[in-house]
Amino acid sequence: MIAHFSQIATIFLLVAGLYVVIARGNMVKKLIGLSLFQTSVYLLYILPGKVLGGTAPILDASFAVYANPLPHVLILTAIVVGIATLALGLTLVVRIKEAYGTIEEDEILARDGSKESVTDKVKIAGNKTGRGGNGA
Amino acid sequence: MIDAAMIETAVTIILLLLLGAVAIGIVRVRGLFAAVVLLGVYSLLMATLFIVLDAVDVAMTEAAVGAGVSTVFFLGALWLTDTVEAPAKRRQLMPLIVALVTAGALLWGLSDLPQFGSPDQPIHRQGADYLASSLPDTGIPNVVTSVLASYRGFDTLGETTVVFTAGIGILALLRRRRGEGGN
Amino acid sequence: MRLDVVLRVTTKFMLAPLLLFALYVQFHGDYGPGGGFQAGVIAAAAIILYGLINGLGPAQKIVPVGLLEVLIPGGVLIYVGVGIAGMLLGDNFLDYNHLAHDSVHGQEWGVFLVEIGVFLTVFSTMIAIYYAFAGRRRS
Repeated sequence: MIAHFSQIATIFLLVAGLYVVIARGNMVKKLIGLSLFQTSVYLLYILPGKVLGGTAPILDASFAVYANPLPHVLILTAIVVGIATLALGLTLVVRIKEAYGTIEEDEILARDGSKESVTDKVKIAGNKTGRGGNGA
Repeated sequence: MIDAAMIETAVTIILLLLLGAVAIGIVRVRGLFAAVVLLGVYSLLMATLFIVLDAVDVAMTEAAVGAGVSTVFFLGALWLTDTVEAPAKRRQLMPLIVALVTAGALLWGLSDLPQFGSPDQPIHRQGADYLASSLPDTGIPNVVTSVLASYRGFDTLGETTVVFTAGIGILALLRRRRGEGGN
Repeated sequence: MRLDVVLRVTTKFMLAPLLLFALYVQFHGDYGPGGGFQAGVIAAAAIILYGLINGLGPAQKIVPVGLLEVLIPGGVLIYVGVGIAGMLLGDNFLDYNHLAHDSVHGQEWGVFLVEIGVFLTVFSTMIAIYYAFAGRRRS
């Protein structure tokens, strides 16, 4: 078990992010949880690329063992794309705040005043997000 | 006798423990401002860990993006919304169960995975050998750059397009209102 | 903010070295850690730092909004343009072998140009996001 400490840590961070996303109703907090989740995926990719005693994948005659460069490439781009999509999510939160006056999930659902089933609520919440975007 | 590999493993474990502690803090803290600042600390620790794991390019990006720019964006969003989270109304058991079941399933599948840092992991044995072909093909010693821009140029074109699209989306969502505010 | 003389002066002094470091990261990316993504974010962080301390107006004097709206699609267009140039020279899309007199130099030219495209898009998108958040009034 202890040999897999790196994967255990990754799983812990992933589950922490997942828990925040599910348990918290505040939308900024949900995005923070999503960031946690995302960083655990970075770890999942980078950790196996490491070779103990190796060095960074910048070729030089005095080194023979390098880390695997492919995960680095994938995660490097993923981080920048992650911040762009995170900013898009924050933008949506700002628009929701302007449309509803709150960023708490329960209060938004309560303001919609819907007594429908859960699936209808989800559908309405989805529509409302869209309307918040167009409403300006 | 302490060799370099042991030190690398030890530093990795310490950084992972610190990351876990900060993650617990992020999960438990109620104020959003504190959570955002903790997320910045978390990203900086993550960047340090990436350096230990020999991913220097990724570490540089994570330090600039995670600890720098994303904190600014979060704070900007907090300024436009709320900094306090509403107190939890009910005892939430279901999310905890979902999280624990997910963790259990993932831990259950762990036993087959290769050991940390060993050179005979499948990831090092399969796929294209960019380390050997980078210099003869492109003359670029930093293999990450050559893979990013040359071997996997198509991927990077896609990623750039995603950044472009996200930027356009944000401008479309936030900019229009400003013209309206002028009316 | 009027009393933060130390912050304002320090920011003014730091802006140029930060931008210079971004350029170093950009152009030394072939031989050390770095590249278009990192350089774009570092340069954007420099402008954002300046904007945080001195306000949105002075920051927009350095990088005007109109320029951003050209640079955001411009970076992607440079990237695609390099790919199409490779096609016109008889290669596959985004294959740089024929951009120069031999394939290694062609690859280096291709990587160099492509990284500039990445830099422009990432840099301008990050600043545009910051402007969008900072230019908005609280509801």
